[in-house]
Amino acid sequence: MSYNIDTKGYYGKFGGAYIPEMLLHNITELKENYQRIINEKSFQLKFNELLKNYVGRPSPLYFSRKLSDKYSTKIYLKREDLNHTGSHKINNTIGQILLAKKLKKSRIIAETGAGQHGVATATVCALMGLKCIVYMGAKDIKRQAPNVARMKMLGADVISVKSGSSTLKDATNEAMRDWINNPVNTHYIVGSVVGPHPFPDMVARFQSIISKEIKKQLMVIEGRDYPDYIIACVGGGSNAAGTFYEYLDDERVNIICVEASGKGVSSGQSAATTKLGKIGIIHGSKTLLMQTEDGQISEPYSISAGLDYPGIGPIHANLFETKRAEFIAIDDDEAMTAGLQLSQLEGIIPAIETSHALAIFENKRFNKDDIIVLNLSGRGDKDLENYIKYFGIK
Amino acid sequence: MNRIIKCLKEKDNILSIYFTAGYPKLESTSKIIKTLKKSGVDMIEIGLPFSDPLSDGKTIQMSSKIALENGINTNLLFDQLKDIRDEVNIPLIIMGYLNPIFQFGLESFCEKCMSVGIDGLIIPDLPIDIYLNDYKKIFQKFNLLNNFLVTPQTKTSRIRYIDKHSEGFIYVVSSSSITGSTKKFDRESIDYFNKLKNMNLSSPRIIGFGISNNENFSIASRYSKGCIIGSAFIKNIEKNGLESINNFIREIRNPD
Repeated sequence: MSYNIDTKGYYGKFGGAYIPEMLLHNITELKENYQRIINEKSFQLKFNELLKNYVGRPSPLYFSRKLSDKYSTKIYLKREDLNHTGSHKINNTIGQILLAKKLKKSRIIAETGAGQHGVATATVCALMGLKCIVYMGAKDIKRQAPNVARMKMLGADVISVKSGSSTLKDATNEAMRDWINNPVNTHYIVGSVVGPHPFPDMVARFQSIISKEIKKQLMVIEGRDYPDYIIACVGGGSNAAGTFYEYLDDERVNIICVEASGKGVSSGQSAATTKLGKIGIIHGSKTLLMQTEDGQISEPYSISAGLDYPGIGPIHANLFETKRAEFIAIDDDEAMTAGLQLSQLEGIIPAIETSHALAIFENKRFNKDDIIVLNLSGRGDKDLENYIKYFGIK
Repeated sequence: MNRIIKCLKEKDNILSIYFTAGYPKLESTSKIIKTLKKSGVDMIEIGLPFSDPLSDGKTIQMSSKIALENGINTNLLFDQLKDIRDEVNIPLIIMGYLNPIFQFGLESFCEKCMSVGIDGLIIPDLPIDIYLNDYKKIFQKFNLLNNFLVTPQTKTSRIRYIDKHSEGFIYVVSSSSITGSTKKFDRESIDYFNKLKNMNLSSPRIIGFGISNNENFSIASRYSKGCIIGSAFIKNIEKNGLESINNFIREIRNPD
């Protein structure tokens, strides 16, 4: 049994492409071409060259002495926060923009929550000279102002989405509507392992560079190419998919997904999908999602805009269902505290998304010899205002 | 015989109206259906509201949101429809997204549809292949016709495939757009309508999306069995209330 995608576009019973006929042309075009294009030698050369010289890869695998001492275990941080634009998101946008070029698209659309994917998309559009439109929830535009400014500086149009809860799910709806309205010249750069097949697989492949590097780096440092635990936060789940990718079927490696429980799993203000969700269809994918008894999609909540999504990617729904991965929910307060701790222990200010993953060490005990790799998915510059407000730092 | 098939067989210039159940008031559903019937429409699509209507524009997003705030849900809709067949004999179709139907339970949903007298379904995010594999038998068991969409991007081979498996009508999406974009039919649209007309498909076609006036209705009727009007109807209710329904339908049919 494999935990990776099957030939029909499913992970176990999750995934597929539940799309209206209006999107079929675009999705079919991608489905029929993405593997061939990605596997072309010229594509790989260009992709790897950009990852190296533009993004700054490989990102370091940093042994955190202080966290390790504090929690009596061996903790490595995969430094995706050091990538150009400040998070893992750029790995995917580089891949997809090259794909869009091959498909001769002239216009790029994207959704964004925390703004990291929006910035990463605006960046590659500037680099490649393509028009860029980013859909962002009105609520997120307010709480992630620095990223909005960056996107505009990079030449993108940022469109404020006011429907629904005015967050990531609504921005995704609006981007899909744009794609329906522009079926010929536009490529939609989906930012996470969500949406209809082949997006979850395509994004996971582009992000898999994270675990490919971890393998090599661990081999050099520890003399073995796998950790005992890999840990990542999950909103839609793209950084997690990239971190787990090479280890999905390696049962020596324990997988831990950290979800955002907001103000508490039962508070009514949460984004802990595996705790609160059940199987359904969101954004063209059959997966776990938070919904009412009538199948209306619930409005999630998390202090972190990047985890504020009512579903999870089908790859993760399957990891949950099969118990391949352990899912742990971390609330706003635990995450913020862990973010402040890393800042002051190691001099690294993490994105609030990543702070959720970091909070795991207060919740779960590990053995002294366990080798743990935690994906530090993004840096906290965009969240400074939130941190400062939360802690009353003057 | 299923009412949809009978209607398609006997009539031309079919005018079909889409509205959102539970909008503008929770209890508007059956009142709108009865008024539409009296005003002479040929077919009705009852919209089952969804929180995230991917292929809908602002108007239907708005009506769906208000309907949900009003408290509409799937059970309540069936309750509102339970006596509708005492007064209304034209085809009634439920149009809704897959997730609410999936949560209700597909078989229970279809059974309920049959018991209140629904004739068919339109589920935009249920692709034909998944329907054929997993859903078709259940639809047939409850005598429900599924109606598929084609768009200007749909390839000829796929149009043939959809035609082969189509049971009611083929819903011809007039242009590459979400619902509610009201522009004039351009040359491209007409060419596309013509292409479909000349394909000699075995399924009747009805044109929808972006139709809001008599002119478009007449053109649509020239190239197909008729048309579906949704957003324009809802906009009219929003502006002029339920009393204006008769006038609205008359304007579409015979503006003079």
